[in-house]
Amino acid sequence: MNLTTEDRTALPSLRDVISARETRRTAAPTEVKISVRDLNFYYGDHQVLFGNNLDIAANRVTAIIGPSGCGKSTHIRVYNRIYELYRGHRATGHVYLDGVDILAPNQDVLELRRRIGMIFQRPTPFPMSIFDNVAYGLRIHFRLSRNELAERVERALRAAALWDEVKDKLHKPALALSGGQQQRLCIARAIALQPEVLLMDEPTSAIDPVATARIEDLVEELKKDYTVVIVTHNLQQAARISDYTAFFYEGRIVEFGPTRQIFTNPRDPRTEAYITGRFG
Amino acid sequence: MKCSSAKRRRLTDLAVRLFAQVASLLALGALVWILFEVLRRGGSALSLSLLTKGPTPPGVPGGGFGNAVLGSLLMTFLATVIGVPLGLLAGIYLAEYGGGSKLADLIRLGANILMGVPSIIVGVFVYAVLVVPMGHFTGYAGAISLAIIMFPVIARSSGDILALVPASLREAALALGVPRWRVTLGIVFRAAKSGLITACLLAVARISGETAPLLFTALNSPYWPTTLNGPTANLTVTIFNYAMSPYEDWKNQAWAASLLIMLGVLVLAKGTRFLLARRRD
Repeated sequence: MNLTTEDRTALPSLRDVISARETRRTAAPTEVKISVRDLNFYYGDHQVLFGNNLDIAANRVTAIIGPSGCGKSTHIRVYNRIYELYRGHRATGHVYLDGVDILAPNQDVLELRRRIGMIFQRPTPFPMSIFDNVAYGLRIHFRLSRNELAERVERALRAAALWDEVKDKLHKPALALSGGQQQRLCIARAIALQPEVLLMDEPTSAIDPVATARIEDLVEELKKDYTVVIVTHNLQQAARISDYTAFFYEGRIVEFGPTRQIFTNPRDPRTEAYITGRFG
Repeated sequence: MKCSSAKRRRLTDLAVRLFAQVASLLALGALVWILFEVLRRGGSALSLSLLTKGPTPPGVPGGGFGNAVLGSLLMTFLATVIGVPLGLLAGIYLAEYGGGSKLADLIRLGANILMGVPSIIVGVFVYAVLVVPMGHFTGYAGAISLAIIMFPVIARSSGDILALVPASLREAALALGVPRWRVTLGIVFRAAKSGLITACLLAVARISGETAPLLFTALNSPYWPTTLNGPTANLTVTIFNYAMSPYEDWKNQAWAASLLIMLGVLVLAKGTRFLLARRRD
């Protein structure tokens, strides 16, 4: 989509955003990439997700919206099992990736995380050079010659729309980049591993509007090759970039459907209250 | 009434400030005095030949304590080789794996207690479990007692430093499908590098001044160390012996040896930090 930054900052109504997109909506049926069934999640004894069911369409952008603390992030953190880092965090139910339950105990977690990349709320560059940031995961997952490695790093940086800005300083520390650049570097780092799914946990909440616009354009590009799931607090953003939207409330998925329907014709009164700004 | 209470408040404030300043000056004064005395007495006695020659009998001129310098370096090196990896591994456990577990709390408590144990007790302990069964004093026992002193210091400080690395960095690396141990060594250690190096240096500085544990383990020796499997010459026990001796010559050498340890610690600490800072540019 070609909204300029001014359009974004002028905050058009959600209805306008949706109708501006009408023309280029894809009508072709899509296959399901991730299928969530009866997912419950617990922090110790405290249950935070209740019977979540959700189908994530391949090569589409699915937005997850809802008020703070409703379990949006917790939900997508199950997809790559990153929650296992913490004692007492526990998921029950099923998450099928191409039909295979990734919560099964025999699932290779490292390979799962290669296939499902994740972008976090704050940019998390590693304390090393720009090049090494992207090469780090590649070196661990693939045996590559120097040339292949350099080529893959370049391809990833190009795909993340960062190459032109960093090609002359690849060996400078990544921490010297701006916040928006750092976030695109993290995207490059994730897509370098040739994942199938990209999980984005409020990827633009810590960066400025111009950098946000660039990342939104990037997401639009990325869905050609990847399935994208994006958690966002920003309803405008969800309306702009997603094909499907799931509305979470108090750990439950209240409503899920095509973004246009959720924003123009919500079926549940709680969804309507949220998207019209009556709470959250 | 109001007026006098304001006056009293000002006076109290002045008194507290004055006492605080005097106390800090006293502490600083003691440090400056020590440095000054060691520099004055040690500086005039320190010479290159002290470092290249072994000791001579009292009254015979031309002796040195080169053997003790070498012995101390060898034992400190061996203690570092043992103590640093073990301490860092314990620190990794505390910060990366232990979490809030009971075992981690127990280890942290144990490390705190071990840090508070007087070093002479560590010396007696190693004497009982190593020196007595082996039948003689050894440099190995000396190095081990120094490593025991290093271990809790490094475990605690590296554990605290690693815990300061934000969880988001670990998550970002794990989310790329990187195994946990590589995240720790490749990302978390890198992020905490300068803090970890400082922690290890402080521990090395700490043991380079220890005397009591060596008295019971390495003892001392007038000979050059050819092996650590026997009494081993070292600077701190040499200082202790020489300073207690009635010979003017030996007393001067004790001052020179004290200065040498001080300079060594200073160079080690400042030099490494300097190199680190320069490499970052």
